[in-house]
Amino acid sequence: MRVHKCRGMVDLLPDDMVRFRHIEEVFRDSCLKHGYGEIRTPTLEYLHLFTASGTLTPAMLGRVYSFLDWDGWSGERVVLRPDGTIPTVRLFLESVNQEGTTRLFYVANTFTFEETGTERRERWQCGAELIGSNLASADVELVLLASEVLSRLGVGPLVVRLSHGGLIKTLLSELGLEAEKQAEVFDHLLEGDARALGDVGTEDPNLARALRVLMHVKGNSSGYLENVRALLGDALPRFQADLDELTKAVELLAAMGCTFEIDMTSGRGFEYYTGAMFQFCVSGERVGGGGRYDDLIPLVGGPSLPASGFALYMDTLMELVEFEPGNDRSVLIAAHRGGTDEVQTAFEVAADLREAGYAVEMDMGQPSTSSHRWSVSVSKGGALSLTDQATGKTRKASASANLLDLMEGAK
Amino acid sequence: MKLALPKGRLLKDTAALLEAAGLGLAEYDEKSRSYRPQSDEFTSLSPKVFQEKDVPIQVAVGNYDLGICGLDWVTELLSKYPSADLVELGELGYGKGGLYVAASVRAGISSLDEVDGRFERVRMVSEYPNLAEFVALQHRLRRFSVLPVWGAAEVYPPECAELVLVRAASANGLARHGLVPLAKVLASTTVLVANRNSLAEADMGGLLARLRTTRVRTRQSERLSPVGGATSESPEEHNGNAVRLALPDGHQQRHTVRFLAKAGIDIGEYDEPLKTRRPRIGLDGISVKVIRPQDMPAQVANGNFDLAVTGEDWLRDHLYRFPSSPVERMVNLGFGTVRIVAVVSERIPVHDAAELRGYALRSLLQIRVASEYVNIADKYARDNHLAGYRVIPTWGASEAFLPEDADLLIENTETGATLRKHKLRIIDDLFESSACVITHKGALSDSRKVPTIERAIEVMKRTAA
Repeated sequence: MRVHKCRGMVDLLPDDMVRFRHIEEVFRDSCLKHGYGEIRTPTLEYLHLFTASGTLTPAMLGRVYSFLDWDGWSGERVVLRPDGTIPTVRLFLESVNQEGTTRLFYVANTFTFEETGTERRERWQCGAELIGSNLASADVELVLLASEVLSRLGVGPLVVRLSHGGLIKTLLSELGLEAEKQAEVFDHLLEGDARALGDVGTEDPNLARALRVLMHVKGNSSGYLENVRALLGDALPRFQADLDELTKAVELLAAMGCTFEIDMTSGRGFEYYTGAMFQFCVSGERVGGGGRYDDLIPLVGGPSLPASGFALYMDTLMELVEFEPGNDRSVLIAAHRGGTDEVQTAFEVAADLREAGYAVEMDMGQPSTSSHRWSVSVSKGGALSLTDQATGKTRKASASANLLDLMEGAK
Repeated sequence: MKLALPKGRLLKDTAALLEAAGLGLAEYDEKSRSYRPQSDEFTSLSPKVFQEKDVPIQVAVGNYDLGICGLDWVTELLSKYPSADLVELGELGYGKGGLYVAASVRAGISSLDEVDGRFERVRMVSEYPNLAEFVALQHRLRRFSVLPVWGAAEVYPPECAELVLVRAASANGLARHGLVPLAKVLASTTVLVANRNSLAEADMGGLLARLRTTRVRTRQSERLSPVGGATSESPEEHNGNAVRLALPDGHQQRHTVRFLAKAGIDIGEYDEPLKTRRPRIGLDGISVKVIRPQDMPAQVANGNFDLAVTGEDWLRDHLYRFPSSPVERMVNLGFGTVRIVAVVSERIPVHDAAELRGYALRSLLQIRVASEYVNIADKYARDNHLAGYRVIPTWGASEAFLPEDADLLIENTETGATLRKHKLRIIDDLFESSACVITHKGALSDSRKVPTIERAIEVMKRTAA
């Protein structure tokens, strides 16, 4: 019987892991430089953390991996983490001083069932959360942080799609939909089905005009939002706060030279967003997203604290990022004849080179799967020879120090 | 063509339907113990009889082309596995009822929207755990647990659960159990179901045409549970000091009635047929509920009962799944003794677990282990290193699964006669199981209850001896 990985799961091979670690390192480095602290939450959480009303949509909850733990006789289920933000909020409430501003980031996998098994059921994401600030500059900081990471990874050109959770919710309530219908349309919208909102009619001419613009025209300046304001007429006061918030973010992003698109139907995925929502797109592909979720912390049982965050989708980035680490510091060392003295010397030289920052692989007499810039051969009596695979030149060396001089000199 | 037919509540009407449709199945009646009735008319038809809730599963996995069962069990399967290869082909006109989410009248609520405001934590008991979870998610209940039970869900509220999802003939039928309907989840009826691939590939037209046009006179409307009589099932005010005892229905009931009589304990309402699921017992300070023995260990673990009369088999099945459970056996009552055995068909040349392992490896077979005891079966397969096995949960009539629909069975047997009759061979003896009294370790530290528990245990020990 042949064994296979589970449907919907992905193995990461050494070449994949090189890119994975590169993305992770760039993300970690940028976050640390912005004052974010790294966290890691457990893979298992209680299901009720996610069932709190308004955290995940029923459609998403219907696809979580939930099961009874070995002590789950009470029927209380645990889940494989389906999302990164909610566990971060749980960790924040459980273990972090809640005064002032808290910046946290993580690299984590999330699990969501997908029926066909042809798409991924385990996904990796790089997430950052900024808790405690309701300023538009907090949202902008997150957008700029994500942009910086993507730029350092050489992924682009980046388009940031902006939407606003509060604006959509106000719109739904203004359309006079019953609470149940509102939730249904919002769920559809969050599942990426913009028609659900487009199909809803209204007799209010102001609202109808604004709806037409919001649903069918994508903006790229604060002028667009001014147009929407003008069209809303009498209905404007109900939208004022949300529009002001989005306008501030738009003005700041424009000032920072960020390329963006205001697209109300882009707020896909999570119900907990209350304010500005952003999607990061490269060549039409979504590589990340996030937004403001001021109601989430109270929903999970904490105090009323504003927060926003984003996640970059590592699986998509892995397809886009081109990264070859180079083999300049990679060495293959062989002890010819395999005598004890030669092997001992080979191990000692390898240790010296590793100490100096080189990656050294011992030759086992079979072809290596890695490529090396340098190969070192240990002959009888401990004599060393160094071959530069880039030039084909071979030089003799007396000791590790001598090898290091030759390698550094050649570079 | 393979047809999966239901045992139990739908058997009589289904037999009448098949008779009227001209199938004339011999040995498909309430008295027959055969699982393989034969049709004189359709000689190519291979019918098999299952517990009703097994029917849609067997059809969905492709073991059967067609099946007859309640829409409730079809929906239960599809609510968890929407892409299952199961197609509902239409109503057959009998076995009508509804699935309702209900709460105790004492909860003082009348809709699901009021649930989160009324309870911090919601326990929903049901024979339909997938549907119960679906309902909880759709209604966005904040903190809920779904407790799957084998039956008698209606007796759990208000003490042991806030909500139940139960089948009833009508919403009015819930009132006699002290329940108030909060939502009707499904209008259920008997349906014909087919496997998607069978529909696509096999010509079943002749049989489908007959079943589509045939109708039968329906029997009286269905009751929520087999409990009859006029006794109101409304719960009494809960007395926090009372010791809560769970007694079994089903096969163990008869033995338990006899045991209690021998112990001199008066519990007349518990005699067969069961008149109420809350019988009064002639022991001071003890309140009784009658539930399924399969459900007792979990209920005791959750602190819903202090004592319960169940079987060693169900206790072990629970402890294999939840090793740190606070349930423990107090008294072996010595009746209802069975052996739990591993069984294969006589058709396969295997006489012990090692031979089975070798047989599976040689034939590249993924062993299908059918059992009511899912966790005992899982442990047995694990301990015996049956590579690539699958456990198929069943709800009774498990011996019917061999040899076509399972390779190994973990089953209980008194004498082995039924197994021999079905041409099955015992290849392993796992353990002996008798009725026993189980308790929650914590109950023995409650000083208000200890004297009553000790007195009850003493009486039972003396009687068992």
